[in-house]
Amino acid sequence: MIHDLIAIVDQYWLLLLIGQYPNGPLGGLANTLILSALSIAIAFPFAILLAFARLSKYRVLRWPVTVLVYVTRGVPLLMLVLWSYFLVPLLTGADVPSFLTMLTTLVVYQGAFLSEIIRAGIVALGQGQMDAARALGHNYFSAMRYVILPQALYNMIPSMLSTFVATIKDTTLGYVINVPDLTFAASQVNNQLLTQPFQVFLILALTYYVICWSLTWVTNVVERRITRRRAGLIAPKRRGQLPISLTPNATEQP
Amino acid sequence: MKGFELAAILGNPEYVAMLLHGIEMTFIIAVCSWTLAMTLAVILLAVRFSPGRIGNAVVAAYVSYHRNVPTLVQLMLWYFGIYTILPSGLADWLSAHSAEMIFAVVGLGLCQAAYFSEDLRSGLRSVNPGQMEAARALGHGYLSAMRFVLIPQGVRNALPALVNHSVSLFKNSSLAIVIGAPELTHAVKEIENLSFRTFEIYLVGTVLYLFFTLIIMAAGAYLTWRADPANGARR
Repeated sequence: MIHDLIAIVDQYWLLLLIGQYPNGPLGGLANTLILSALSIAIAFPFAILLAFARLSKYRVLRWPVTVLVYVTRGVPLLMLVLWSYFLVPLLTGADVPSFLTMLTTLVVYQGAFLSEIIRAGIVALGQGQMDAARALGHNYFSAMRYVILPQALYNMIPSMLSTFVATIKDTTLGYVINVPDLTFAASQVNNQLLTQPFQVFLILALTYYVICWSLTWVTNVVERRITRRRAGLIAPKRRGQLPISLTPNATEQP
Repeated sequence: MKGFELAAILGNPEYVAMLLHGIEMTFIIAVCSWTLAMTLAVILLAVRFSPGRIGNAVVAAYVSYHRNVPTLVQLMLWYFGIYTILPSGLADWLSAHSAEMIFAVVGLGLCQAAYFSEDLRSGLRSVNPGQMEAARALGHGYLSAMRFVLIPQGVRNALPALVNHSVSLFKNSSLAIVIGAPELTHAVKEIENLSFRTFEIYLVGTVLYLFFTLIIMAAGAYLTWRADPANGARR
């Protein structure tokens, strides 16, 4: 059993890692990670805009975004994948690679989820921060940019990391539309071997486990650190963060 | 592309029958795996709260595996992997009794049990430990204090998370299409292949899913509201 696992990994590790890359499209684990990182990177600015729209005082902005968020939360991701597989080529009029289709889906899906996280972060800060910033002469956008968002986003780092883990898990759905990711590579290996499906899919599951478990571990460490810093147990390290030194023997001055 | 015509789907009795069958199967998967998940979650929780390191480590490993491996991969491991190494008698029995449905229920149920047990655990942990001490001081035994004082409060704290995860369980039932279970998404794909009316049938499928998840969300919100003592729940 263990021997089978080692033999399979030994023979197919390159396919599982980068797919058929030099001779074909990039695939395997590398593609899974690139797809998730890229979709989070694109979804993030998009999510901030959505969060602003949901917190806006104008109904024209608030309602469509609320509908978008509820629809993406209420429909299985698989259904959204099918939608983009059908709509993206139709709207762009081009033969879109399945990687881009999956990227579009994940950006919309995770954008909606992230926007809820960011909105919660902004709401959790309380109205006082905004009022104070406005009283100091910031306008709405400048208050958001310099006062609200830096705090809200900092507090939201753990949730965003766990969204990243969720995204890695969600990329597996690309299997349905043949995105060449890790799951796809594993099923290719399975098709070549034919006799050891259990071993192949066990390797697949263990690979995902190792990646997601380590990222979750990092998330927990970061979360603990942020909680302690917010409780004031660790002083911020950056120079000039505090305009007035609070400790009598502090040597750092802005 | 042909013009938009919803009647081409909803006016066709054959398609409507396929959709209804898909909805029925989706609900069978969702309800069975929910029941399995909740039963297992309670057992896992009981092991976690009992002394004994080995049991605790096993439960922690179980939860960690099911939360860190994509649900789709778990289903694939069950259906393409474990199914093939089962003893032939059991495998034959399964293939005679729609194995894909059984594996969908088992796979989704075992996966969701990890989430449910974590929800319940954090709900119970958020009850003030003073409650246990007070209950014991009033003459409750450990189990009776759990039953009448801690669990009611813990479940109430866990309700929002449980509702969210029940919704995702319902949505995840669509993943069963990968192992060929005849649920709603499967029906949608089949009708698409038969009718070539992709837009219409996807719209119908999306609206159906949205309808059911919104109902579950609303029911959950009502339950959470009812469970709050401020709104007249039994204390």
